Amino acid sequence: MPESSTEPLSRDEVAKVASLALLELTEQELDTFTEQLGAVLAHAKDIEALDVGDVKPTSHPYPLVNIFRDDVVEEVDVHDAALAAAPHAEAGQFRVPPALGEEPG
Amino acid sequence: MSDQTNNSDALSIARAVRSDETSSVAIVDQHLAAIDASEAEIHAFNLVLADEARAAAAVIDQRVAAGEDVGPLAGVPIALKDNMCTKGVPTTCSSKMLEGWKPPYNATVVEKLAAAGAILIGKTNMDEFAMGSSTENSAFGVTKNPLDTTKVPGGSSGGSAAAVAAGFAPLALGSDTGGSIRQPAALCGVVGMKPTYGAVSRYGLIAFASSLDQIGPFSNTVADSAALFEVIGGHDPRDSTSIPEPAASVSAGLATGVAGLRVGIITELMGTGDLDGFEPEVLAQTRAAAEALAAAGATVAEVSVPSVIYGLSAYYQIAPAEASSNLARYDGVRYGVRQEGSGNTASMMMATRTAGFGDEVKRRIMLGTYALSAGYYDAFYGKAQRVRTLMINDLAKAYADFDVLLTPTSPCVAFDIGATSDPLTMYLNDVCTIPSNLAGHPSISVPYGTGQGGLPVGVQVLAPLQGEAIMFQVAAELERSANAIKTTSKNGAEA
Amino acid sequence: MNETNELVEQPVSSPTLDAWTVDTEVAREETDLSSDWEMVIGLEVHAELATKTKMFSPGRNQFGSDPNTNIHPVCLGLPGTLPVVNGKAVELSIRLGLALNCTVQRCIFSRKNYFYPDMPKDYQISQYDRPLNISGWLELANGHRIGIERAHMEEDTGKSTHVGDSGRIHDAGYSLVDYNRAGVPLIEIVSHPDVRGPEEAKAYVAELQAILIAIGASDGKFEEGSMRVDANISVRPAGSNELRTRCEVKNVNSLRSLGRAIMYEAKRHVDLYESGDKPLQETRHWDEEGGRTRPGRSKEQAEDYRYFDDPDLVPVDPSPEWIEEIRAALPTLPRERRMGLIASGATVEAATIAVERELDGLAAAAIDAGGDVGRVMTHVEHNLAVDGAADLDAGNFADLVKMETGGELTATQAKQVLAEMITGGKTPADIAKERGFEAMDSSDLEATLDGIIEANPDEWERFCSDDPKAKGKMQGFFTGQVMKATKGQADGKAVAQLLAKKSS
Repeated sequence: MPESSTEPLSRDEVAKVASLALLELTEQELDTFTEQLGAVLAHAKDIEALDVGDVKPTSHPYPLVNIFRDDVVEEVDVHDAALAAAPHAEAGQFRVPPALGEEPG
Repeated sequence: MSDQTNNSDALSIARAVRSDETSSVAIVDQHLAAIDASEAEIHAFNLVLADEARAAAAVIDQRVAAGEDVGPLAGVPIALKDNMCTKGVPTTCSSKMLEGWKPPYNATVVEKLAAAGAILIGKTNMDEFAMGSSTENSAFGVTKNPLDTTKVPGGSSGGSAAAVAAGFAPLALGSDTGGSIRQPAALCGVVGMKPTYGAVSRYGLIAFASSLDQIGPFSNTVADSAALFEVIGGHDPRDSTSIPEPAASVSAGLATGVAGLRVGIITELMGTGDLDGFEPEVLAQTRAAAEALAAAGATVAEVSVPSVIYGLSAYYQIAPAEASSNLARYDGVRYGVRQEGSGNTASMMMATRTAGFGDEVKRRIMLGTYALSAGYYDAFYGKAQRVRTLMINDLAKAYADFDVLLTPTSPCVAFDIGATSDPLTMYLNDVCTIPSNLAGHPSISVPYGTGQGGLPVGVQVLAPLQGEAIMFQVAAELERSANAIKTTSKNGAEA
Repeated sequence: MNETNELVEQPVSSPTLDAWTVDTEVAREETDLSSDWEMVIGLEVHAELATKTKMFSPGRNQFGSDPNTNIHPVCLGLPGTLPVVNGKAVELSIRLGLALNCTVQRCIFSRKNYFYPDMPKDYQISQYDRPLNISGWLELANGHRIGIERAHMEEDTGKSTHVGDSGRIHDAGYSLVDYNRAGVPLIEIVSHPDVRGPEEAKAYVAELQAILIAIGASDGKFEEGSMRVDANISVRPAGSNELRTRCEVKNVNSLRSLGRAIMYEAKRHVDLYESGDKPLQETRHWDEEGGRTRPGRSKEQAEDYRYFDDPDLVPVDPSPEWIEEIRAALPTLPRERRMGLIASGATVEAATIAVERELDGLAAAAIDAGGDVGRVMTHVEHNLAVDGAADLDAGNFADLVKMETGGELTATQAKQVLAEMITGGKTPADIAKERGFEAMDSSDLEATLDGIIEANPDEWERFCSDDPKAKGKMQGFFTGQVMKATKGQADGKAVAQLLAKKSS
């Protein structure tokens, strides 16, 4: 399905994107996804030709502004339920394996 | 389909329960019996709440006996798509990732349903995280179309559509991001409606694409759809995108008819020009529906909305982009099913996500991650948001001349289970439904005759922002026309 | 967020103020590079806002609670939950923006996407290309203005504690995550790279802290993590305008650490350049114990935050009326309070201390009531660093200073009377009377001193010697004896004058 001449998406790009999204792909999956995602992107090429330079982007279909909440505490005790739902809890906290690295923020 | 006891509509049931002509417990038992009879084959539900439903029904009956006002949906069983949070009741999004997860809170719609007296009868199957058009992407098995169990029910709210079509519940809620209520409604021969973005609270709806998602009703009748919309609509301070206005009143105009209304058929979505794959029977039924409206006094004409053909491309940038971020939280730390990986947090998160998500979810996460990533944002996501504006502008032009617009809901009738393995082909099912999501407009699918294999065709009525009243008014006329044709043909066949 | 850091030079100085450095000469020796180089520093300060609830969730914002007790489905990022902006947090953020002379504008929230177990949604709601406050400045006590690029709203992360052998993140073991802090409202104040050294950096952060506290936006407590500083540091040949590779130093938890970290990092850059090498652009962590910065762990994730507008939130568009209402309610800011005292004749240093101790109001009132500026400020600086000082009656304070300048009380007596005024609330005249304080007649003082000289001939001889060391020591001895004999009523200056006269 993807035009073989201009691949819209390379295998390496798919691998990079998978890693950004914390998904591990087998070699086989990498091939399949590269082809499938390439087909979707190739279809999406129809909007490439559109001149929308002076059109503003829409991020909300219903325009609202200044929706605020009062600074009032809502008393809900979810401590037990939240920790009961955790894959691994200890001492009232969520237990995880050792760190994956520094905090980028 | 259901010439059984369960095909009575929700409003009739509520009326009977409120006036004590029947008991809610009896109603619930009838529907549980229907579930017992054929759920094993259909698989509409991830979870049937038989005991809970009976207990809730008993409370309604007691309150009726005590003379209380038990609400507009008193005693009516309702099925809920399994992406709406129910306190203490498993909510899975049909994903292995959330198997067994019990939310500690209720979605706003769940609270509203309870206040209206409705009885939650089960959580319905869906495409995983609402990504799909066939309900084949569920981690817990396929849902079959009750009208022909070799066919898909559509998706992603296939379980909810099937539950109503099979007589398991007179009402259901689904969610619609790109057609996930309307398309399965069309394929199962029921009424499915997507409200104006912000008309129904999303609080407690597990997000797929936040700027597109809306919860909406499934029902057998347009009047039930309107009634359920009135119950679940209205402002919710927990949702910043909720329109700060009370729920719209839409039922009053259902009998008004369409005399003098202007109905536009969107040329680009009638199988002409760039978009193909429309079945001729589907197009024929849509034209028949338009003619019926004309016969009832509406002015009908074709109208061009040029940018609708780009809807699919814009949608498949925007929805996956938002999804890639919304689904990041499934990392195995706080809830859900963890895979340990090779010993550090990153590896645990990756193992969890790799094992927990199905292929379609992975495809969309990767597509969205790509669309947002550095160097591609302007070409993909940014551009798609501008195309979205273009489409809104084009629709606004059409609404200057027309009160509502008409299209097929789906280019085709229900297709064979397992027949569509190519993702892009599957995505093309959404071509008629996507414009309303991108624009935030309301639209409704009404069954109108049949197509290939005698399977139902849905016709879609689109209206501008907050145009639900006029949309329902037109939908009711289509329903009257469709019923009249059904009765005529039935009588003809019997004669 | 440094992605949008505009590297703009904004050296602005105030003509009305003399140059003044925050620290002592000794400290300054440790804060300069060789004269060939200068530092270019931009600071990113995170301050937790003093709200009752979190930025987007009605969960409680409180420090020091048991782990995971200040959580709510929303700040825990549970599936299906949605954020709603805390209006109070916006108001406090606008307050800060106005206090920092920023333009307050229509803004939106964006998602910053990266995986991190402390962050419940694995994205942080922040502001990216359209922040609330932009283009402001903060003026230091020395008159140097530091440009403020932006001050934007965002949410804090939770906290994890490592459980393992050495507590280092590189070891095995595991971590425990507490989400109490997750979602606490933060304002991030990003400066232009206008800061020229560790002392100025400390002065900037101290001033920002004073402003945050004064306007009630934050409690400004470093020790509780409600203020955190990251420093972007580079160096360049002195006098040039170039901007070289910078490193972001994190994990700086006090003003003192900030100064040390900047100095260490700047020297490291200079050493690299001077040995023909150059620094890598990277994030480094300040190691307080080791007194050095260390490179962050090599990235397991590429840095691609995939910012986009948060579709769950709508724009914040403060109306001009709202902004003016907030502006009108702003208290007088530390800078204006300092300027007021300086205009009355106080030194920059004394005015700064007075404002830091919240004694500037008292000082100004005492000066207005006729108290001598120099004496008033000396008391503020040296004798009023005690609880209750701010409650002192300004009129009584002015009266005390007048008695002192009028010769009715010596400096020592005035100090004693002042101390009693704070604890007892009586007038200075009453206290002086009760204590029998009256300035000694100079002939009485001379007679007293003569008696002491007579009784201590050896000491007197040593005082009269040419050995300056011995002379200094004996001056202290005789002054002490006079004070003892007069029960502290003698004026120290008068004693010194008499001693000088008699030994010459």
